[in-house]
Amino acid sequence: MVVEWVTVGLLLAGTFFMLVASIGVVRMPDVYLRMSCTSKAATLGGMCLLTAYALQHVSDAGLAVRAIATAVFLMLTAPVAAHMIGRAAYRLGVPLWVGSCCDDLKGAYSADGNTLRSQPAVAVAERHGQP
Amino acid sequence: MIQTVALWVVLPVLSVAVLLSVVRLAIGPSLPDRVVALDLITTIGVGIVAGAALAWEQPPLLDVGTVLALVSFLATVAFARYIERGIRSWSSNG
Repeated sequence: MVVEWVTVGLLLAGTFFMLVASIGVVRMPDVYLRMSCTSKAATLGGMCLLTAYALQHVSDAGLAVRAIATAVFLMLTAPVAAHMIGRAAYRLGVPLWVGSCCDDLKGAYSADGNTLRSQPAVAVAERHGQP
Repeated sequence: MIQTVALWVVLPVLSVAVLLSVVRLAIGPSLPDRVVALDLITTIGVGIVAGAALAWEQPPLLDVGTVLALVSFLATVAFARYIERGIRSWSSNG
């Protein structure tokens, strides 16, 4: 009985997070903010739904382990995919939202884009307006 | 009760979520916007498959979800490589 309620709660939570992710991807002002919706909220939603499936079939180890493995795979690959597409978008020159406070990557890539130069912490702190 | 929730709450709401993502896929001003929307659609697809497997008691559907997650990751990585390679060839030509 408790397991059933937990399963229903996980189902509703996963559905809610996925709906929030899709609303965010429509409403957010630039590609980097949209990516933060898809890589966090949607992944959490998928993990909730798959965990609910595993809980429902907890007596059948084969099904439960497959569902958990898929959830873990989602959790491992979402940050990698978001990082790669974000890097490609930045190098393509997709503009930041006008309300963004600062661009710490500006000038950090070499001309051919293959090396990333780190910047002194003092310069970054100055750009953020801190002492 | 779980089947009722999966059939009447999870699947309809996730369908609405897919429709919202398709809006971004259609209007998204840049190519990375569309790739992000496509990635979101396949992630929601994994959720839909899990919900359908619960609603209709069809365990084999779970394998579809696993393959969808794999293909989604590979597609996003391939699109990112494609976009970056395009940048490099443009800069070497010009």
